[in-house]
Amino acid sequence: MIEVKKLNKRFKNLHVLKDVDLKVQKGEVVVIIGPSGSGKSTLLRCLNLLEVPESGDVIFEGIKINDKDVDINKIRQKMGMVFQSFNLFPNMTVLENITISPIKLKKKPTEEANRTALDLLRRVGLGDKANYYPSKLSGGQKQRVAIARALAMEPDVMLFDEPTSALDPEMVKEVLTVMKELAYDGMTMVIVTHEMNFAKEVGDRIIFMDGGKIVEEGSPDDIFTSPKSERLREFLSHF
Amino acid sequence: MNFDFLTKYYSFFIQGTKFTVFIAFFSVILGIIFGTILSLMRISNNKILKVVSTSYIEFMRGTPLLVQLFIIYYGLDFSNLIGGSFGDIASGIVTLSLNSAAYVAEIIRSGIQSVDKGQMEAARSLGMTYKMAMRYVIYPQAFKNILPALVNEFIVVIKESSIVSIIGIHELMYNADTVRGVTFRPFEPLIIAAIIYFILTTSLSRLLGNLERRLKLSD
Repeated sequence: MIEVKKLNKRFKNLHVLKDVDLKVQKGEVVVIIGPSGSGKSTLLRCLNLLEVPESGDVIFEGIKINDKDVDINKIRQKMGMVFQSFNLFPNMTVLENITISPIKLKKKPTEEANRTALDLLRRVGLGDKANYYPSKLSGGQKQRVAIARALAMEPDVMLFDEPTSALDPEMVKEVLTVMKELAYDGMTMVIVTHEMNFAKEVGDRIIFMDGGKIVEEGSPDDIFTSPKSERLREFLSHF
Repeated sequence: MNFDFLTKYYSFFIQGTKFTVFIAFFSVILGIIFGTILSLMRISNNKILKVVSTSYIEFMRGTPLLVQLFIIYYGLDFSNLIGGSFGDIASGIVTLSLNSAAYVAEIIRSGIQSVDKGQMEAARSLGMTYKMAMRYVIYPQAFKNILPALVNEFIVVIKESSIVSIIGIHELMYNADTVRGVTFRPFEPLIIAAIIYFILTTSLSRLLGNLERRLKLSD
């Protein structure tokens, strides 16, 4: 579904991604782990071109999306993204946050968009919060709304950029539970996280990045119980 | 203190206040229109537009209003162009609005840029175009940031409009000074003028303060 070939990205003089190759199959849950500054978030953000790669290909459903004449806005409608800092729109209610893009981009009738949004909110356990403003919600609730907002566009893949890093420990669980359900429902997911237990439990494949490269990848068993590289062993010893 | 002169000369203050409000109102409106254009030029990706707008803003903010007024009044000579007292008023309004535009532009720019970067990213990640993201997500939030500073700028314009009395526009300051001259009372007419300015500025900030509070509902 997603294929990344020889991806390079530099910020000024910092070479953050070095010839990265990655493949994500339909229905697969890929979890990217690694130390801070290893390039994992940048890699994820290159997948929907929030960061524009310097060289290499990002291919999504057979289309090279980092081509000049590709309408990236159309592509992004099929790739939901969830951010570390939630980024809900504070000027809109929870319901409006979720319905704005289906209404404006997919020209869905408001009624239908509202119904879908309420279904999604119930699914993430927030059916009663539709008319709240984001400022009235806890971090965990905000993140669950953000997930619902991304799902409202009926994406083919969901990208998660450290979705629980800004949350208090007791709120981490409620967000991870929602993500787990998504995974079991067969959603294709690419997740950057520091939650190793979650990665072990939900990931179909784990990718370990360091220094802008994929150092090791494999099944959760391979990665967590028999890590091959010294760097990964060292990294895992911190958890 | 003796305010007896008011019975005879009160109409000077009323006329003057009307003129002050008139001048300030049009200066603010034109200032906002021109300031918005300047701020859009400044945040655009076009280098020339950016440089033009930035230099304009720097220049207007870095030179005295009085100098700007004289440049426009004597230099552009509106009175000859469109004639007499209307030309004078035009010079006054043009100067005030050109000056205010520079400040408004900075207020708008910083208001837009103070919206968290993640907001644009979230909007774009949903598939919105840059324009849609600006319209539905960035501008509404920026507007809330901008409003208090903009109210402040209105108040500044009301106060600074007193400077156009120098080119003979019969606004509040000019008329107060006229009354001072004919009554030979140095204090009282100017104190009346000060009080009227104060009432104008405080009621404006109250009025717009209410609007602000209503916008804050979502915070």
